Amino acid sequence: MLIFSVFKTLTDQEVTVELKNDLCIKGTLKSVDQFLNIRLDAIQVLDEARHPHMMAVKNCFIRGSVVRYVQLPTSAVDTQLLEDATRREAMNQNKR
Amino acid sequence: MSSLQGYVDRRVLLILQDGRTIVGMLAGFDQRSSVVLSNSTERIYSADEGVEEVPLGLYLVKGDMIMLVGEIDAEEDEKIDLSELRADPMVPIRY
Repeated sequence: MLIFSVFKTLTDQEVTVELKNDLCIKGTLKSVDQFLNIRLDAIQVLDEARHPHMMAVKNCFIRGSVVRYVQLPTSAVDTQLLEDATRREAMNQNKR
Repeated sequence: MSSLQGYVDRRVLLILQDGRTIVGMLAGFDQRSSVVLSNSTERIYSADEGVEEVPLGLYLVKGDMIMLVGEIDAEEDEKIDLSELRADPMVPIRY
């Protein structure tokens, strides 16, 4: 749930999503749900010459289960806060 | 939330986890992102021939099989000459 909350704070940021078939899609993060499915606007496929399949697509829905990485803008993440929050969550999980 | 609601009754491009691409009108979807496409056609890409379009009709795709759903800009799509387009098929997802 923590990472879901983090993604919610990142809406309207420019992110690059790398899928599990090495396809990279850059776009504006519009929304995320509890499965980490991602909605991107104004998308741009990196290496478009090799992947012309999505030339006519301007916005898309990416299934959370096929995402390998999401590259975030450094300025949009408070790393210290995230570190503290993840450790707190891990501690709470161990207690249960 | 990040649902497919905005895509209902729009022409969408569906990319499946095995790399197949299907174009059709989004008739409906559910919480597990299963979708129903009406008037759908599969676009088969190949490196040495143009894109082959195979009519499929009404199609239901289970959520597990979906990689991506994209809204098609009709104007942009008309500009593309599929018979002249050469490209390898989309690479399948590997877990």
